[in-house]
Amino acid sequence: MRFFEYEAREIVKRAGIPVTDFGFTTDAAEARTIAERIGGPTVIKSQVLTGGRMKAGGVKFADTPEQAEAHAADILELEINGHMPRGVLVDPKADVKQEYYAGVVWDGTAKKPVILFSDMGGIDIEEVAEQHPDHVGRVHISNLLPISDYQAKECIAQTGVTGRALQRLTPIVRSLAQLFVDNDMVLAEINPLCEMKDGTFVALDAHMDMESEARGRHKGLLKDLGVGDDETRLAREPTDFELAGEEVDGADHRGVAGNVTEFDGNIGLVIGAGGGSLTLFDAVRAHGGEPANYCEIGGNPSVHKACGLAKLVLTKPGVDKIAVMMSIVSNTRVDIVARGVIKACLELGFDPAEKIAIFRIPGAWEEEGFKILEKYGIEYADRSVSMHEAARRAVVKITGPDAVAAAAEAGS
Amino acid sequence: MRTDGIFIGIEVDDEALASEPRLAGHLSQVCPVDIYSEPSDGELEIVQRNVDECVLCRLCLEIAHLEVGENAVRVIKIYDGGAALE
Amino acid sequence: MSILIGADTTFIVQGITGREAVNLTRECLDYGAGAKIVGGVTPGRKGRDVHGVPVYDTVAQCVEAHGGPIDGSVVTVPPAFTKDAVFEAIENAVKLIVVVTERIPRRDVAQMVELANMRGARIIGPNCLGVIVPDVVKMGGIGGPAKNAAQAYSAGPIGVISRSGGMTTEMSSTLTAAGLGQSTAVSIGGDAIIGSTYAELMPFFEADEQTEGIVIYTEPGGRMEAELSQWVVDNDCRMPIVAFMAGRFMDEMPGMSFGHAGTIVEGKEDTAAEKIARLADAGITVAEEISEIPEIMKSKLAAHVEHKPPPGVSVPAWVRGGSPL
Ligand code: SF4
Repeated sequence: MRFFEYEAREIVKRAGIPVTDFGFTTDAAEARTIAERIGGPTVIKSQVLTGGRMKAGGVKFADTPEQAEAHAADILELEINGHMPRGVLVDPKADVKQEYYAGVVWDGTAKKPVILFSDMGGIDIEEVAEQHPDHVGRVHISNLLPISDYQAKECIAQTGVTGRALQRLTPIVRSLAQLFVDNDMVLAEINPLCEMKDGTFVALDAHMDMESEARGRHKGLLKDLGVGDDETRLAREPTDFELAGEEVDGADHRGVAGNVTEFDGNIGLVIGAGGGSLTLFDAVRAHGGEPANYCEIGGNPSVHKACGLAKLVLTKPGVDKIAVMMSIVSNTRVDIVARGVIKACLELGFDPAEKIAIFRIPGAWEEEGFKILEKYGIEYADRSVSMHEAARRAVVKITGPDAVAAAAEAGS
Repeated sequence: MRTDGIFIGIEVDDEALASEPRLAGHLSQVCPVDIYSEPSDGELEIVQRNVDECVLCRLCLEIAHLEVGENAVRVIKIYDGGAALE
Repeated sequence: MSILIGADTTFIVQGITGREAVNLTRECLDYGAGAKIVGGVTPGRKGRDVHGVPVYDTVAQCVEAHGGPIDGSVVTVPPAFTKDAVFEAIENAVKLIVVVTERIPRRDVAQMVELANMRGARIIGPNCLGVIVPDVVKMGGIGGPAKNAAQAYSAGPIGVISRSGGMTTEMSSTLTAAGLGQSTAVSIGGDAIIGSTYAELMPFFEADEQTEGIVIYTEPGGRMEAELSQWVVDNDCRMPIVAFMAGRFMDEMPGMSFGHAGTIVEGKEDTAAEKIARLADAGITVAEEISEIPEIMKSKLAAHVEHKPPPGVSVPAWVRGGSPL
């Protein structure tokens, strides 16, 4: 879960790392008050969870409090990459002598956090790593042993930084590593970490991303920052369709109807589970089909849940038919899912044989499931029909054979 | 009494219920999907909206068999030509 | 032979009285020759039994009752208690730990793995279905009830490694239908940090005489495939590898996670396209569809057998009769 810059800076501040005297507000008039308090030139920064703020005009410099207010008013109205800002951050304009980078991320291969440091701050660290590898220091930290100053020092020293800067930077970098661990972050980054003309070291911008699975362990911090339990902070805001999907999933505790995601095609998908859904979604597209949605059913959902999900997909504008497909199931039951999707059709006043283009779920309780499908005249397939073939049949039935032929042509 | 969903029908013999007052309570305890419920007056109720959730686990048949005898409870697979769960 | 487990492997189930664990215990006892589950742990439930398996309060009690070291443990406790349960198993000298639990924070997983490394133990998972040696034994929910597992898995020369539990079964079933049985299939879990990656399991398969080829299921996110490619090149892997990559559509949706917690495209190294290229560079064929996997594998095996027959392995009949693509 990503944090806005003003929240990330607050987290950095709580870890004892010096920050500027910034202020956050959702109100242009208050931006002026903050600028007056700061007293001097300021920077007004849009608070959005997306990159490219600078280019989009989301960062502006103000010489007076009046200007700060005017800029804040503009920026608060400015949409960036489809995101409206949460508010603006008003920051004293910094007198920077040298910019550094400090970050901590997970290294999935070493299975440990790695501290990254560069004396080339202010730009993208991946770019620095590619073009100036000798300007990036790397030190892994143990998951079991306490973090120690020397690890931060080694990391910084790898880039050739020495003298007073090394001494002043060491505790800051160590504190950053500590806050990464203490707050279950998956990314903790200060960029730039600045040495000012007056010789002080300050975190000028910060990026923080907390692991969603660990949110429950940091309720206090999230409450202090005003982050609501329902804020997903995903790459984009959930649509009404997706919220309705969450509601279906939350309606009872049995099984999962997860990750319901809206797309703008016409092929309704009731698919599962994790890997199966990824495979099937690709397969539909490979055959020239355009999915109306993505989802993952699994964990043996109730008839009610399967029914709710199928209804949601069937009533999505532009959807005429659904394809019900999964990889071989061993926990989820074929007969229960069959009942759910048929029930959805019946309750909506549709003929299941008409609305369910294909049902391909082999596995647990398939004998009973196939009996049900037979009775309603639904086209179904067992494990001898591959997931890709089932997806192809769905596209033929829903979009038409031309789409499949065109896709085959393009693919060959 | 008998209650039907779309796929499943549940039939409980009224005499069996009358003859064994504990049956209603036990049915409501064993069913994993809450198809049987026993309101405070001790009367058995078949919960209409849960009937189609039946997972064919036979637990209700077994307990009824044990306490009353065969066929006191029948779980009918409507989708299978009305065959009773054995 | 097989890797990681065999007919004689003894193991326990931690969290054995949970609903899923009760099913899993039944399934493992019923499958093949029947798993040697020597005990289960649920604190406060000592004295009970689950399908004839005695329940204890601690792992130490299991070891004591068994009268000797226990090889493995299947951990199915809730996320908040998983790290503690795994530490307990490791400190009681358990050497193979299958972690079924989902949604465990990464730091907890990393701590378990680091302790396991210190003690010479191995973790499979988390968020996985475990390990199966077809017709012999299974450890975990992999393949489901014994009857279903028997239908999908068959004994043979292919090692299977998969980030998705369900797809382990789908791919094995496809191999089985084509007459290619499996030596061992391992569901390694879909999280960003896992106990055993492809590259970490490869030496086991490489050393296993029964295994002649490897099939893997992969997804976008992480560097595990790059690590595998590197391993294959560095170690001059004796076996052909065929991969299937799901979630190609995610390349167009950076920052979004689908399927498993570990699938997210953040940088250019995470993408499906990049991974496919890397795998191909290491000589690993990436199948477009799962149904193509058996034929690709057969032709690669046939070509392989001609060039360097693995020591002590005779050429199976289907390779001689098989039709190379
Ligand atoms: S068979 Fe099982 S699920 Fe069905 S009514 Fe009886 S107890 Fe309930």
